[in-house]
Amino acid sequence: MTQRKRRVQAGLAALGVATATALLVSGCTGTSTATPSGTPNADGTLVIGVTTDANTLYPWTTTQFQATNVLQNIYGTLTEFDENLEVVPGLAESWETSEDGLTVTFTLREGVTYSNGAAFDSADVVASLTAIKNPDTAAVSATNLASVSTIEAPDASTVVLTLSAPDAALVSKLAPVTMAILDSDDTAATLETAPNGTGPYMLDERKPNESISLVRNTDYWGDTPGLGGIEFRVIPDEAAIVSALQSGNVQMAVFDDALVADTIGASAEVAKTPQLNYHALQFNSRKAPFDNLDLRLAIQCAIDRQQVLDTAALGEGEVTGPITSPAFLSDPDARPCPEADIETAEKHLADAGYADGITIDAIVMQDGYSTAVAEAENVQAQLAEIGITLNLEVLESGAYVDRWVAGDFGAAFALNGGQPDPDAMYGRYFTSTGNLNAVAGYSSDTLDALFAAGKASNDLDERKQIYADVSKELEDNAVWVWLFTGYNYTATAPSVQGFTPLPNGSLQYLRDTTITG
Amino acid sequence: MRKLLANPLVRRIGGAILTLVGVAIAVFIMLRAIPGDQITAAFGTEAAALSPEQRASLEAYYGLDQPLIVQFFTWLGSLLTGNLGFSARAQQSVLEMTAAALPVTLELALLSIVLAFIIGVPLGMLSASRPNGFRDFFGQAVGLAGLGIPAFLLATTLLAITATSFGFNPNGLGYARLFDDPLLNLQQMLMPALVLGFGIAAPIMRTTRTAVLEVRSLDFVRTARAKGVPPRRLQIHHVLRNALVPIVTMTGLQFGYLLGGAVVVEQIFSLPGIGRQVLLGINQKEFAVVQSTVLVIALLFVIVNLLTDLLYRVIDPRVRAS
Repeated sequence: MTQRKRRVQAGLAALGVATATALLVSGCTGTSTATPSGTPNADGTLVIGVTTDANTLYPWTTTQFQATNVLQNIYGTLTEFDENLEVVPGLAESWETSEDGLTVTFTLREGVTYSNGAAFDSADVVASLTAIKNPDTAAVSATNLASVSTIEAPDASTVVLTLSAPDAALVSKLAPVTMAILDSDDTAATLETAPNGTGPYMLDERKPNESISLVRNTDYWGDTPGLGGIEFRVIPDEAAIVSALQSGNVQMAVFDDALVADTIGASAEVAKTPQLNYHALQFNSRKAPFDNLDLRLAIQCAIDRQQVLDTAALGEGEVTGPITSPAFLSDPDARPCPEADIETAEKHLADAGYADGITIDAIVMQDGYSTAVAEAENVQAQLAEIGITLNLEVLESGAYVDRWVAGDFGAAFALNGGQPDPDAMYGRYFTSTGNLNAVAGYSSDTLDALFAAGKASNDLDERKQIYADVSKELEDNAVWVWLFTGYNYTATAPSVQGFTPLPNGSLQYLRDTTITG
Repeated sequence: MRKLLANPLVRRIGGAILTLVGVAIAVFIMLRAIPGDQITAAFGTEAAALSPEQRASLEAYYGLDQPLIVQFFTWLGSLLTGNLGFSARAQQSVLEMTAAALPVTLELALLSIVLAFIIGVPLGMLSASRPNGFRDFFGQAVGLAGLGIPAFLLATTLLAITATSFGFNPNGLGYARLFDDPLLNLQQMLMPALVLGFGIAAPIMRTTRTAVLEVRSLDFVRTARAKGVPPRRLQIHHVLRNALVPIVTMTGLQFGYLLGGAVVVEQIFSLPGIGRQVLLGINQKEFAVVQSTVLVIALLFVIVNLLTDLLYRVIDPRVRAS
């Protein structure tokens, strides 16, 4: 009996020792960063927690958010966006558009070098833009140069683009990192593992699925970058990033989920930035029954967008019209039914010939972003009130993208990316020759004419008016139902200063960011 | 030939090879049956903006322009030469990636099994010491918890508690390899190994309990006791040794669970192991990565099963004799 008791005690003790060792070993690095605010450490390294590794380090073919964020700090573009998303000089110091709008002449910055020491000049610009236009490159922004017919370099610091038609949005379309200027001696294969750009930072080390480390480019043409280095550390789970922020292992992270951002607490400051991307209910107006304007209007009038925002996204966001960029912002109330209006909705539904109700189908992406299914279910409930039965096809992202890309849907709940320039944002969707027109499901002579006029004008006020008209045309015809834009949440530890979050989610202001300690 | 086939070891190895071929075919077909390919995975909805020429050049780059049968035999052919394929995403050969990821998962698995043994075997013996008593009830309750609580819940709860209450999260520091920084590595591995180990501790505990109860009732134990063998020696040398056979078998079977659980646990604790490699491969529709990694996992599973067989030949002379 006593023997047995001792044995049991020994067993329990062993268990206790194991647990205690576990806690002890894990406990000894508990305190890592007490964060006093003080003078910036010029050689400090900022650790940014990201959920996914960059899927490529080659700038022309990337659409992935994480890759864009990394590459933006490594590569330079001819033009850039400032914090209000207005176009400012980048590698091009200035530019001039001819009277007829058909020739744009860029004067390049001098004394710029790549991180491997090679000099930047007009030959690189010609080679880069020519390659981007070439279909074999599969550059995602090839259509940004659709209006460009020839690219010439009269001397080492001048580049002349000749256009087939005026394009006021061109300088804005040169700013994304997918339009990066590469050294003409480099090849895609070498750049994948050894990026060579003109940006503020350069690649130090990459451990696939673990981290990407950058170091300051001491020869950067602009102000000396504020950080000695940046590490993008892959922590797949957002909750784990939050705990890494709280324990000081990570000093910065960007979240798109309000719930997650809410759990951070006092250990980091959280900045909310309204985004350019927008949630919408898309229709394929070339397919019955969505070719019926009254049906589309009935749906638009039945939906209370604030309710969708409140139930699906905890009210974290803003009800929106088509254009989300600050400079060309659409008035969200400029539509046939600014608020939900059941009576008008029912009238439209009767006019459409569906007084007894109708059943429609919509595709929803299950695993792409957190609010999709909740949005769809809320809209489903709202439409039921006027007798519309909304069937939801909830799809895994691969299946959803296949259907969406092929335009194989009646209606689709979508989160689409925005652009600072409205032509870059919607020209590809709503002009009849746009490369996303099949997905948009709608075009008209009026819209074609408006988009052409918008590209032809260089006058900002005139362009604002034109895109207000575009917006009105889209809303009056209930082409899609624009729902809301969400926020991005940038969490930074108290030791991090000087970062400006942008509505396009860009981390380009890491160049001005500093860290103490 | 017949003599050779009669050798159980040869038969086992033959069966293992057949299993691997089956896995290879199944995984190849399943991957292609699900919608979406590497291009849509990489470009998302922007894939709609690709012109037909652009898409064609990307398909050629990823080898998607070849007929399926050609793709399959190309893959199989290169496997035989030790080439597991290339990941465009990581810009690394799958062999290199696997060589880096496998030690992480093996260390995790080994540590989990050790922890599971440390928790499960004493707990099982404790339960068996007085069946249906309070200790038994306690042991059974812990076992039930281990079986019932999903790994992801246990993992996130543990993470949340240690981070908020102790300001501690070693997994946010970036993975430290065992030989680079053993102490940090151990800190990073302990929590995930506990989560995984807890899951396997439950079946080990239950098997131990049953086996101990069964062995204890056998004649030779009674004989040994009658001969005056001290109780501790009796427990360890007679009872536990004989009870080990089903425990080892059970542990071998649990290895599959371990590799499955590793997918979840590695993701949550950001460990760059083989489970995460598969998961990322699936998300990015990187066929080469998924196919080859799944095959490597299947190979591991087969090897462990063979080893388990061999091991209980060592433990239990009766198996050897038959």
